[in-house]
Amino acid sequence: MTHIISLTITLSLLWLGLSGHVEPLMLAIGVASVFLVLFITLRMEAVDHTRYPIHFTSSLFRFWRYLVREIILSNIDVIRRILTPGKSISPQMITLPLPQKSDLAKVMYANAITLTPGTVSVQLDRDTIMVHALSKEAADALETGEMASRVPDDEASS
Amino acid sequence: MILEMLSWVFLVAGGLLGIIGGIGIHRFPDFFSRLHAAGITDTLCAALILSGLGLQSGFSLVSFKLVLIFAFILFTSPTASHALANAALHGGVKPQLDD
Repeated sequence: MTHIISLTITLSLLWLGLSGHVEPLMLAIGVASVFLVLFITLRMEAVDHTRYPIHFTSSLFRFWRYLVREIILSNIDVIRRILTPGKSISPQMITLPLPQKSDLAKVMYANAITLTPGTVSVQLDRDTIMVHALSKEAADALETGEMASRVPDDEASS
Repeated sequence: MILEMLSWVFLVAGGLLGIIGGIGIHRFPDFFSRLHAAGITDTLCAALILSGLGLQSGFSLVSFKLVLIFAFILFTSPTASHALANAALHGGVKPQLDD
């Protein structure tokens, strides 16, 4: 039930933000479309907490703050490597363990790896992940497992 | 005035990062390392340009849409990069590794 309510609120705010109309006719059409989307989503039985994770919002924001810092730092590192003349890269292919329990957390970890320039997740298996890193340093930083431990994991749906 | 200058600093820096990303795509030797250079244009370049545009538009519906664009880029670009890298691996592209 909480999921349905918060999905309704999110959809309504999204519609209002994207259209900006407040005339009665447009609002009525907006409400109708929100309910249509809600109806289709419920029929698809797509309202569960994997697709719509409201249960770890606060740890998610903490993770995002960490991720933004990592993205900026690794951007600077890759930019330096691009602008350094001569051979500046040492590509590595490494396999890392996936300590996360839920599938959602695994996907978030893989996406976080790809989102930071210098590392790209190449293949995701049940409990390992294959990563291509642009430099030895980037590979070593991932191998410390710091980023893995920061991904918010869902204890309940292991 | 200060906002105007700050927004142009962001826009120009974002544009420069786009060019640097392009240089990187040409400089790096193989497919996988080029993916990393493209990652710059996906993340910091897009963020800087969008925040520059957001400062131009001020606090309005336009800036809300810019935030949404950024959120969508943030969710889709790693998925696309991963799909590309995975497809390349399965297609038999051998990465040039350095041990």
